[in-house]
Amino acid sequence: MPEQAESTAGSPTLEIKDFLRRRREQIAQRWADEPLFRAVFTVSRDEAVEAGKAVVDALAQVADAARLEDPDAAGFTEVREQLARMGTARSRAGLSTAQVSGELAALRPPVENLLLADLPDAPAEHTRACVTALSVLMGTLRVVVMQTALSEGQALIDRQRLQLLEVATPVIKLWDGIVAVPLIGTLDSARSQVVMETLLESIVEQQARYAILDITGVPTVDSLVAQHLMKTVAAARLMGAECIVSGIRPAIAQTMVHLGLDLGTVVTRASLADALGYVLHQLGVGIVTPGANGTGTSGAVAR
Amino acid sequence: MHTAAGSQARLPIRSDMDLVWVRQHVRQTAAQLGFGLVDQTKLVTAASELARNTLVYGGGGTMETETLTGGATPGLRLTFSDEGPGIPDLEQALSDGFTSGEGLGMGLGGARRLVHEFSIDSSPGAGTTVRVASWVGRPPRPREEA
Repeated sequence: MPEQAESTAGSPTLEIKDFLRRRREQIAQRWADEPLFRAVFTVSRDEAVEAGKAVVDALAQVADAARLEDPDAAGFTEVREQLARMGTARSRAGLSTAQVSGELAALRPPVENLLLADLPDAPAEHTRACVTALSVLMGTLRVVVMQTALSEGQALIDRQRLQLLEVATPVIKLWDGIVAVPLIGTLDSARSQVVMETLLESIVEQQARYAILDITGVPTVDSLVAQHLMKTVAAARLMGAECIVSGIRPAIAQTMVHLGLDLGTVVTRASLADALGYVLHQLGVGIVTPGANGTGTSGAVAR
Repeated sequence: MHTAAGSQARLPIRSDMDLVWVRQHVRQTAAQLGFGLVDQTKLVTAASELARNTLVYGGGGTMETETLTGGATPGLRLTFSDEGPGIPDLEQALSDGFTSGEGLGMGLGGARRLVHEFSIDSSPGAGTTVRVASWVGRPPRPREEA
């Protein structure tokens, strides 16, 4: 082959570039049989081969620019999205980062075998240099995939954190003039700010005179959480609504006493039901339960 | 995450999210060692206070957990260290209601009341290290008058 004779004289990087362009079809065919491509491109083998060709083209372009070690090389731009899709598809399938990395590593040996077959008569030193250059290039490909997959993961986490901030603070109308906020999870500064704002808004909207803050779903009440609660209570009080803190579990109650936390003048109740009962009583609403003979009426009536 | 008996772990305290992880780690470790619900909650709350101090006043640091198997019952030691400005007056810092920031001033003194053993090592410019430990089933420490 004249091409081969020509390129044997070139640098290993150029040799790799020529080899990738020459063997594009074969490499893509072999990759299509590897677990990574088989698992990601399930529709047809042709699809996997096409994707493989795109990756080979990108690698050849990177080699052409002599930037074997650079994950930011321009050659990767076009396949970056495709590589990210492959990486995330595998991690979504439940593979660990190490397993995905292993699958990517498995793409190297078939290429290396093709390369060695192309260099039967080359001097040993040149062959070694070419194999090393190929290894470096394939290593960079691995870095690119892992990088894009990781940044995708980070973006997902950031999105979910924002969602949590919004979702976890519903204000519920329990009765005319009574609203309740079931607090769930960690009450850090950002979330307690959201809670306070939504509560104050709904006090205005619902013309509520009573607001129940239920902390059943808050796992830890430390001094900062207590401080947030008291600030919320104070703000609600300024707007003319009385706050009741409910859902104080026995373990939390004991811990708060040891910690030296005192909710002061805030009315507290063990459960949301107790708190509702207290507030209904304050509003002068009585609950009539059916009598033993079943003739009574059920439900709440105004006294 | 599972922590075997006698094992150690080291967690970074760099952000609010790390505080969540610190609390969850302490809760899981304490539950595995056999701490009751009340003692778990006390230990987690103490860890939450101390980790927040490390973050807010110490500018970030680490928490190390160490399970203690030498005693009659298993125990858990937590060490919070930072390389922040340190505490000039420990006596004052431990008293309830004192704060150099905007908190309630209950954190340090409160955390001391929630655990069996408490020691603090700090000097201005040299950072702060707080060590606390509790054991399963041991009655609460008698309250010493400050």
